[in-house]
Amino acid sequence: MKKSINILFFLAIAAGLVGCNNGNDRKSGKGQGGLATNAAERVYVAPGEHDEYYAFMSGGFSGQLSVYGLPSGRMLKVLPVFSQNPENGYGYTEETKPMLNTSFGFVPWDDSHHPDISQTDGVLDGRWIFINGNNTPRIARIDLKNFATEEIIEIPNSAGNHSSSFITENTEYVVAGTRFSVPIPQEDMPINEYKGNFKGSLTFISVDQETGRMGIKFQLIMPGFNYDLSHPGRDKSHGWFFFTTYNTEEAHSLLEVNASQNDKDFIAAINWKKIEEYVNNGGGKMVPANYAHNVMDEHTHTATSTMLKEVLTVNPLDVPGAVYFLPTPKSPHGCDVDPTGEYIIGNGKLSADLTVHSFTKMLDAIENKKFDGEAYGIPILNFEDILAGVVKQPGLGPLHTEFDDKGNAYTTFFISSEVVKWKVGTWEVLDRQPVFYSVGHGMIPGGNSRKPFGKYFVALNKITKDRYLPTGPELTQSAQLFDITGDKMELLLDFPTIGEPHYAAAIPADMIKNNSRKIYKLAENKHPYAAFTNSDTKVVREGKNVHIYMNMIRSHFNPDNIEGVKVGDKVFFHITNLEQDFDVPHGFAVIGANNAEMLIVPGKTETLVWEPKQVGVWPFYCTDFCSALHQEMQGYVRVSPADSDIELSWSLDED
Amino acid sequence: MGSTIMKKAGIIMIIGSLLLLGLFKFPLWNIMLGAPQYPDPLGMNIYIQGIEGNEEFDIQNIDGLNHYIGMKTIPKVEEMWEFDVFPKVIGFMVALGVIIGVLGFFGKVSYKWFLGWFVLMSVLGALGMYDFNLWLIDYGTDLDPKAIMAYTHPDGTPMTYKPPLIGYQKMLNFDVDSWPATGAYMIFVGMLLTVVAFFVGKKESKKVA
Repeated sequence: MKKSINILFFLAIAAGLVGCNNGNDRKSGKGQGGLATNAAERVYVAPGEHDEYYAFMSGGFSGQLSVYGLPSGRMLKVLPVFSQNPENGYGYTEETKPMLNTSFGFVPWDDSHHPDISQTDGVLDGRWIFINGNNTPRIARIDLKNFATEEIIEIPNSAGNHSSSFITENTEYVVAGTRFSVPIPQEDMPINEYKGNFKGSLTFISVDQETGRMGIKFQLIMPGFNYDLSHPGRDKSHGWFFFTTYNTEEAHSLLEVNASQNDKDFIAAINWKKIEEYVNNGGGKMVPANYAHNVMDEHTHTATSTMLKEVLTVNPLDVPGAVYFLPTPKSPHGCDVDPTGEYIIGNGKLSADLTVHSFTKMLDAIENKKFDGEAYGIPILNFEDILAGVVKQPGLGPLHTEFDDKGNAYTTFFISSEVVKWKVGTWEVLDRQPVFYSVGHGMIPGGNSRKPFGKYFVALNKITKDRYLPTGPELTQSAQLFDITGDKMELLLDFPTIGEPHYAAAIPADMIKNNSRKIYKLAENKHPYAAFTNSDTKVVREGKNVHIYMNMIRSHFNPDNIEGVKVGDKVFFHITNLEQDFDVPHGFAVIGANNAEMLIVPGKTETLVWEPKQVGVWPFYCTDFCSALHQEMQGYVRVSPADSDIELSWSLDED
Repeated sequence: MGSTIMKKAGIIMIIGSLLLLGLFKFPLWNIMLGAPQYPDPLGMNIYIQGIEGNEEFDIQNIDGLNHYIGMKTIPKVEEMWEFDVFPKVIGFMVALGVIIGVLGFFGKVSYKWFLGWFVLMSVLGALGMYDFNLWLIDYGTDLDPKAIMAYTHPDGTPMTYKPPLIGYQKMLNFDVDSWPATGAYMIFVGMLLTVVAFFVGKKESKKVA
């Protein structure tokens, strides 16, 4: 009871502070933007024109990655990543099911959080985008030519894969940290023996520069704190990685109170180059593990899932000088590094101030051993000696900070529901704008690189309430677009988003749009069940399994009459789309299918399994209005009793 | 009778004839088909040795569309004798033009031969265009009676789909543009040069006389 009263007390103070901060310049959110300015003009992308930026917004608890255009805020596509997508068959077709395999079996859903675009020399390069699955720890790589998920790797020894997926400035590593510490290796033990026994893993996944293939290089096994968010060092601090922590109290229950007791938690500074060198010289300990590595082959259009059985772990104490703790007030959430790599911002979410550490001072403190004790053998640097500055009373509940290309930072405040612009170096607050409501992450295109494109800021809000026409108790999420080219931020646009868009990453459209694939070439299709010509089409029985080698082109299936299938058979429709024209996918749906449809883009072969349960003649048809003869694009499968002796036959245009 | 040595005219004649070689590299004609659904128009480039898509899969896609209205597929190299004969004729005319040019250079033939070559080439060119137009008529009117879509003109006669020999035409939802391409311009310039050679040769001959 006493604890609940404490929380109420805190919220009361919080409300008071909001009043103090915003008392005079609080504006009404209604009708803001638009009317008084030419905001409408600035977000208007005329019919047929293209947006200036691609914005990739995490699909949150949809498990997907959504693609928006900026400044229009128009949704362009939802890319399926961690969740099944009946719209195109991802996770339902035989080719894509292995993508969702894990050590827990087939996991058809996840909670996607933080997309990050690949970089070269600290600048966005538009090759790939990575995103983490938070619930069943996974990292996905999406190719930005195909706009398709090409690889998913599971992270062992992790739980709540939240301080992920952030990349180093040459995409050497994609990094995944655990939010929940757990027993490593997992074991049956009392929960209240957490303290000292649970551990947190920070995983460094190397990325092949040619293929993008991921592989776990090493896992750093850290004390049992909660590793919340992270960002790479860049430029001068390239080679380091920074993770915020909370629950340095190591509480295992009622964390909202028990993990909020320490005045300061830590930012863990990891010298990954040092650990990489240690590992390259044979350091670390290979331990048993079990995790899935799923790869989509671009030519067979088929994913394979491989279970990997060991992982290299590193004890930070074995690599002296590689890991330090930077004391940071009040359960820091976001951990952000400015474009120069000098400043590391700890967004202490229960603090009214913003703490900024100096990388130069950090190196000096390490050099001169300015330590303030240690935690589990890891040196804690002296707070005062590494402090670059404090942004005083900018707002309440700072969560995340983004940067523009003019030396300004933009911090989101969840509790006071606003974005605050401040000057890096002088720590002076320059502007504040309310957001509607309760912003989580903010995003500036390239804001996580050496070269931000400081034209727009997108606030990714957690609470929607009355911003759109009501749709019952469950609402869409909401994003807000600000113009940040002037001294003051200017709200231009609200637009709805899917799931809960935790974080986002955006890139100038010109950097990727011309590479976007239009078709898969049939000549490069290596699918074992492809039927390229009419003479390749056939139906083959292997016991109870019936394989139909089918193709489709405007506007028919070949074959479109199939007989000899029996109740109890497992029918594989392997269908090749023979089109080689842009934007001519065909869909395939068959009555009573217990999975989904599949949408097959030109040049691809995909497979849907159908298990007929009833005798009869059952139709299938194209679901995507492909042509003037789309309604004619259909066929029949005759299903006979299980003991029938009707032979398999198939045809197109025969009497 | 020895003719005058025509250095300039001979060289112009040789260059003019050689320009025809461009036909082996560049298309003679280009037909583009744009429609609301084809903001990037489909197109075919007609070479003397065959027909190619403007983009890799254009021919396949044009055939795919044409099957609705019952048009035949666009001919492959082996399906038209023209793709065998035209390169030979052009090769012959280039060789002939060069020989005439060389002989003119050394004063072995008169400048009238230059004009003779031009006249022959003009006749062959006209025949080629005539043949091309016949093919377009056949292609656009000899339709499969089982065609999926059989449109008629307002007067009730079956609609045909002959692309224009030259120029623009609206056909159903398509904007069709049919124009000479690089190869044709090279023939044009080349033939023009042989006429220039004729006049220059005439002038050179008169000077001496």
